Amino acid sequence: MSMILNQDQKDLVALAKEFMEKEVKPHIYELDEKGEFPLELYKKGFELGFHSMDMEEKYGGVGLDYNTISFVLEELAKVDAGFAVSLTLNGLAFSCIAEYGSEEQKKSVSERMAPGGFMTFALTEADSGSNAGALRCSYTRDGDDYIINGPKTFITNGKYGDIHVVFATANPEAGVRGISAFIVEKERAGIQIGKEENKMGLRLSNTCDLFFDNVRVPAANLIGKEGLGFKLAMSALDKGRIFCAAMATGIAQGAFEDCIEYSKLRKPFGAPIATHQAVQFILADMAIQIEAARTVTHNAAFLAQSGAKYSKEAAIAKTFASDMAMNVTTDAVQIFGGYGYSREYPVEKRMRDAKIFQIFEGTNQIQRQIIANAILR
Amino acid sequence: MKILVCVKQVPDTEEIKVDPVTGSLIREGVPAILNPLDACALEAAVQFKETYGGNVTVISMGPPQAEQALRQCISVGADDAVLITDRAFKDADTLATSYALSMTAKQLAGFDVIFCGKHTLDGETGQVGPQIAEHLNYNQVTSAMDVKLDSGSLLVLRELEEGRQTVAASLPCVITVTKTNYTPRYPSMKSKMAANRKEIKILSASQIEGLDMDRIGMSGSRTKVTKSFVPQAGQAGMIICEETAEQSGRKLAKLLVDAKII
Ligand SMILES: Cc1cc2nc3c(=O)[nH]c(=O)nc-3n(C[C@H](O)[C@H](O)[C@H](O)COP(=O)(O)OP(=O)(O)OC[C@H]3O[C@@H](n4cnc5c(N)ncnc54)[C@H](O)[C@@H]3O)c2cc1C
Ligand SMILES: Cc1cc2nc3c(=O)[nH]c(=O)nc-3n(C[C@H](O)[C@H](O)[C@H](O)COP(=O)(O)OP(=O)(O)OC[C@H]3O[C@@H](n4cnc5c(N)ncnc54)[C@H](O)[C@@H]3O)c2cc1C
Repeated sequence: MSMILNQDQKDLVALAKEFMEKEVKPHIYELDEKGEFPLELYKKGFELGFHSMDMEEKYGGVGLDYNTISFVLEELAKVDAGFAVSLTLNGLAFSCIAEYGSEEQKKSVSERMAPGGFMTFALTEADSGSNAGALRCSYTRDGDDYIINGPKTFITNGKYGDIHVVFATANPEAGVRGISAFIVEKERAGIQIGKEENKMGLRLSNTCDLFFDNVRVPAANLIGKEGLGFKLAMSALDKGRIFCAAMATGIAQGAFEDCIEYSKLRKPFGAPIATHQAVQFILADMAIQIEAARTVTHNAAFLAQSGAKYSKEAAIAKTFASDMAMNVTTDAVQIFGGYGYSREYPVEKRMRDAKIFQIFEGTNQIQRQIIANAILR
Repeated sequence: MKILVCVKQVPDTEEIKVDPVTGSLIREGVPAILNPLDACALEAAVQFKETYGGNVTVISMGPPQAEQALRQCISVGADDAVLITDRAFKDADTLATSYALSMTAKQLAGFDVIFCGKHTLDGETGQVGPQIAEHLNYNQVTSAMDVKLDSGSLLVLRELEEGRQTVAASLPCVITVTKTNYTPRYPSMKSKMAANRKEIKILSASQIEGLDMDRIGMSGSRTKVTKSFVPQAGQAGMIICEETAEQSGRKLAKLLVDAKII
């Protein structure tokens, strides 16, 4: 990697690499095949702190800056992007509370999450993905409580979530101004876990439907104040996009390293395919794209860390890195030829894993809209 | 319980190559790692501390870079680290090494248990631990795979070639550790970073009280390496296993005759 890392960053990247290669990699083929959620492996990951990288130290998290988190996520995703995504969802959900929640909420949620566990960010519904502002999951006030009602779709960690951050509306007519966010602990009565997605990629992660059937939470579980939900979600997603970009870069980097190795070994006409300029140029293009993606990602991370505006840059990083990862992994399959198309080799999996990064946390079309809006404002 | 763990930074032998001309090890560019069995010794010590209370100090004699190995130890449970480093220690054999380590242990004072690896990846003599015990007049138990404290003395399960053995030893005691029960733990991200901030105590030869300069380094070494070489690899043998013993015998006889051995 042609970036200067400080000693902590180098050590944390090395730790992530060692953990992923020793503990996770040996099981990936089987887990991917079965689409299984490796809870025990995640628990091991909790012990190292991968689930609480952006939680402040005073709340029991690791308290890393965005650049360092991005380096670590790249390394995790290099081995398995699904594993990385499950862990980052905690950060996405917790950041809603960290940014807008009360001190009480930060304390109680972090006390539970810091030792290990999963959080969810429950925004999407069947008919409101890109248009998240049109969500229908509703809430009403009842004395000292709120009552939440309605379905959510495609919720990462849904089945395993200890704490859900749920977005619901008081009045669909009010649009985004009607949306509020709530902390919903898994013990609250009325949470139903629905269908689990059988996904193309990211198969070590859990994605499922949730249904909130008159789920009652105390008023103290409202994050910030009523009507703040949409703003809060968008702000969390801005940050999440930087991490998406870092993970997409990791997928591509993994594919790239596989290609370098393979192209030196494979000799269909006597000479390694790496000696053909046509192949060399593919490898060089991969290097160019990965390097560029990493750079825009870290630029967005740096902006976010310094408190500057970074929505546009985060959208640029997410879009560029995920499009890049799709290109690089597709080319990687090409370099591996028929073996690339075979499930026996890990390259096709990277291609399947890469695809989602163009879709979730705002599709790349929506990202372009955000970028265009920022440019034309 | 005051616990000391002796650790050595060694070249990663998986990466090491031998110069075909001189026959010596090519050390340049080879990553240095914490001797694997020392990581097990440390794990044993940390588990011991976690069970019976106390404090774990790690010590290494080596070049300034050995600090990395000590930081690694801090990240997985050691409380303090001491590096003894000096040109005067250079080219020490096991005797000079164990002398320097035991003199430092004396100065740091009061260790109830000293854990060492059973042997290193590079020198592989397995002598340093037992020698430390002799210098300090401590009891010693080698090849430990499990260590317990039982009414004031140690109960140690030993792994031997011919089986296993449990011995009791009174304190103070040196224990050398084999891998079996002590798989080193991962550091957490937090402990890894905390280890980077930890101050490591660095001692030169002159800072070790009463150290006899004639007993350290090259001059303190009683062994001299005259030549090092790579032994020729023997050819893999052949297993004859026919359906019956008689058939095997016949085949063996034929091979021996063909090879003009009989
Ligand atoms: C594996 C996985 C995990 C997920 N995890 C979570 C989670 O944890 N929490 C959560 O809340 N959601 C999650 N999602 C949901 C995800 O964020 C949505 O799928 C995504 O936002 C797209 O929404 P949609 O599927 O409804 O697509 P649609 O909004 O129906 O979009 C369909 C297509 O139309 C395009 N499109 C839509 N509107 C426009 C427009 N205005 N202009 C141009 N093109 C447009 C889109 O780009 C897309 O190509 C997850 C999804 C998956 C697959
Ligand atoms: C005959 C002979 C000649 C040698 N000559 C030279 C020479 O000229 N130049 C040279 O550089 N080396 C030389 N060495 C290597 C040197 O002896 C070893 O580096 C050192 O003494 C440790 O021995 P070992 O590696 O066999 O450790 P072992 O006895 O196998 O180690 C057992 C345990 O002792 C502890 N330990 C060992 N070394 C240290 C240390 N440095 N700090 C802290 N704990 C330690 C560890 O817990 C280790 O697991 C020679 C070795 C031999 C056998």
